[in-house]
Amino acid sequence: MEVRFRVHRYDPEEDATPRYQVYTVDVDGDMTVLDCLNQIKWYQDGTVTFRRSCRSAICGSCGMLINGRNRLACNTRVADFEASEVSVGPLPGFPILRDLVVDWDPFFAKDAAMKPYLINDTPPPDKERRQSPEEYSKIDNATLCIMCGCCSSSCPVVWNNGQYYGPAALTKAFRFIFDSRDTATRERIDIAGSEEGAWRCHTIFNCTTDCPKGVLNTQNIQALKRKVMLEKLGFTGTKLVFNVDPIYKEGEAQHEHEAGGIATRA
Amino acid sequence: MITHDVIVVGSGLAGMRAAVEIRRKAPHADIALITKVYPTRSHSGAAQGGIAAALGNIRYDANGVPVLAPEDQPGDDWLTHMYDTVKGADFIGDQDAQEILAREAVPTIYELEHMGVPFSRTPDGRIAQRPFGGHTNPRACYAADRTGHALLHTLYGELVRYNVKVYPEWYMLSVVIEDNICRGVTALDIRTGEVHSVNAKATMFGTGGYGRAFKITSNAFSSTGDGITAAYRAGVPLEDMEFVQFHPTGLFSHGILLSEGARGEGGYLLNGLNERFMSRYAPGRMELAPRDVVSRSIYSELEAGRGAGPNAEYVLLDLRHLGKQKLDERLPQITELARDYLGIDPVTEPVPIQPTAHYSMGGIPTDADGRVVRGENEVVQGFFAAGECACASVHGANRLGTNSLLEATVYGRRTGQTIANFLHTESQSGVGAMPAMPPAALKQAEDEIRELMSRNGREIAADIRKDLQATMFQNAGVFRSAEKLEAELGIIEELRERFALISLDDKGRRYNTELIETLELAHLLEFSACIVAGALAREESRGAHARRDFPKRDDTQWMKHTLAYRDADGRPRLDYKAVRYGPDGPRFQPEERKY
Repeated sequence: MEVRFRVHRYDPEEDATPRYQVYTVDVDGDMTVLDCLNQIKWYQDGTVTFRRSCRSAICGSCGMLINGRNRLACNTRVADFEASEVSVGPLPGFPILRDLVVDWDPFFAKDAAMKPYLINDTPPPDKERRQSPEEYSKIDNATLCIMCGCCSSSCPVVWNNGQYYGPAALTKAFRFIFDSRDTATRERIDIAGSEEGAWRCHTIFNCTTDCPKGVLNTQNIQALKRKVMLEKLGFTGTKLVFNVDPIYKEGEAQHEHEAGGIATRA
Repeated sequence: MITHDVIVVGSGLAGMRAAVEIRRKAPHADIALITKVYPTRSHSGAAQGGIAAALGNIRYDANGVPVLAPEDQPGDDWLTHMYDTVKGADFIGDQDAQEILAREAVPTIYELEHMGVPFSRTPDGRIAQRPFGGHTNPRACYAADRTGHALLHTLYGELVRYNVKVYPEWYMLSVVIEDNICRGVTALDIRTGEVHSVNAKATMFGTGGYGRAFKITSNAFSSTGDGITAAYRAGVPLEDMEFVQFHPTGLFSHGILLSEGARGEGGYLLNGLNERFMSRYAPGRMELAPRDVVSRSIYSELEAGRGAGPNAEYVLLDLRHLGKQKLDERLPQITELARDYLGIDPVTEPVPIQPTAHYSMGGIPTDADGRVVRGENEVVQGFFAAGECACASVHGANRLGTNSLLEATVYGRRTGQTIANFLHTESQSGVGAMPAMPPAALKQAEDEIRELMSRNGREIAADIRKDLQATMFQNAGVFRSAEKLEAELGIIEELRERFALISLDDKGRRYNTELIETLELAHLLEFSACIVAGALAREESRGAHARRDFPKRDDTQWMKHTLAYRDADGRPRLDYKAVRYGPDGPRFQPEERKY
């Protein structure tokens, strides 16, 4: 099947404005958008520029705007669109370096601001720190994040306010705050609950919908808001926090999410 | 010119773990890391099933079912792990390095846990472990089926914690060695197109493997053996390049990895007749025989016409009996991969699979402390390597599953310690001055790029790459013979001639990924000749190197490592070196390898 690819072309130092260039690819069977971009680059136009690496949806290199949604090019099958034209652009809201390549530095700087490493002020035991499967399950979903940027780039608040940490960084904050082994909760909520933190979230849910790994970003940010409130009000008792926060139980969070009628990734 | 005390090339587990260790042990050292991707994009993150260590949290009960081991009766020990590794390697690994791997595994894993790796857990909160191929005990510590990803992101966090300077999207062009002293590297800043020389007292490679020489591979586009070829061009021989691991369960036609953890959790392999065919080849271990054995068994079934599917060209990984809950909990990633790429739901259908080029046992020769060596064991001053690009050799002729993440972290850590000591000794002895970087190095790197960009032939680089990958898979794959390997050597020669006649569309400097792909292709062409030459010379079958014309292992003639040196005309010249043992000699003697 012949499919027309409208590909975003832009070199900030050469071009006054971006343009879209059309390439035609003969698509068969299971070909992904990345397969097609490679065909274009290898056999039609070597100047088309994009990132890719693992082609198995784990390295996070190939997040792009594909037919209006942020997705990974490597696990998006062209046939699933049932369309003769596919448009491919860079992740919205990020500075563009060339064609489909965006500048990651601000994104990773926001991640770094979250102190993306475990802090525990007691000396480690000889063996592993114990963590029950129940405790682990609180962070299981958040650790799926591959830092592809699809979430932050789909967030209108990020588009509007370059200082907002955005969902990827806040999910990282969630991942450590709710890790039973981490003791820097106070320090972390001061960051995640700061002016450019969780409170900026308008619960638009784009970040959850567009996450290619099923990370519940918006829900994580709401959990952070509750955590910040309770901590700041002095309610730090485990039992109380646990009772008021359904997001701690992954199944319930999913249920709440689905009951809200918002489409999850098929 | 850029100057650092230490430059680490590569941001996978080995490079990052080393950088962190150097920060800890030599806090005042000025260290930087260059990587052609961003650290979290490194291919270590694609590892799935687990990381081995004899923690003994889980053991087999009398019926061979994995159960929780009592805390005071650990179900495993490091010596058994070492034995499994030695046997898995088909006895050609260096036992000094294998002993270190198994011994240091346990503290290394606990340290990773303390760093915050989100491991899956046992009911009593210990690190969960599961069975894996070739391992006597269930010793694969795992984070669902995304263990590499969990480790990679944790170590990236450590880089942030220790504020290690990173040059992301810098492509290393050459390593500069003169008078047997390493002086640093030259590198291309992909974003600007500028070439820099990076002068350092210590240079470490953690640049990954070479699976992209093959058509069907689990490896990322980035696994092009850049560091390996750079060392080779600088006069370092390449060790045991012929030992390439083919993972039994790649997603059919894509090659994408489906973790061995799937079989560790109880998955079956079925042929077209619905038989668990592994009973023919490894009745003791069945699906959990080592990867070389299982991959050969699959090929044997296909050649006997017992494949599945319309053209009998694949076999099936059957996970249906594990049930949805277990798949969701333990193997969610591979379940999704099968759905996304083949449209097959493993809960209800068996998954078509085929062996896929997966891991490079060979690489840059190092001693048991991560120092790069030439000849029998002559140290190249100031040059270090660890992880898949290195050949210590812990994996010998065949790596066991879960030993690669382990090697990257154990040897990343250990090489970091070696480098910290090296810096310390250097400054104590007063010779810690920066070795001079020859000015010609930068000019040479720039000239090579200019020459490549100015080529104006009719050949298409993608065609050359495609031909190389298809023929390497055909001729230097799971089963080999003199006939096929000789043919492949000729093909590589032709491809090299064609490569001289390419031309690039993209003549720009900034973010020229066509240039990067072309530089990578030059690497593939160069080291592939080493794989094939080594395989042709090695007239025996050992581990992952299976010769139809020499089906037996030959310890009298071939208990030695291959070294491929680069000739003046760019072709490999072979030499050999002895297998190393610890100070007390071999702990384990060669024996027949049966499973």
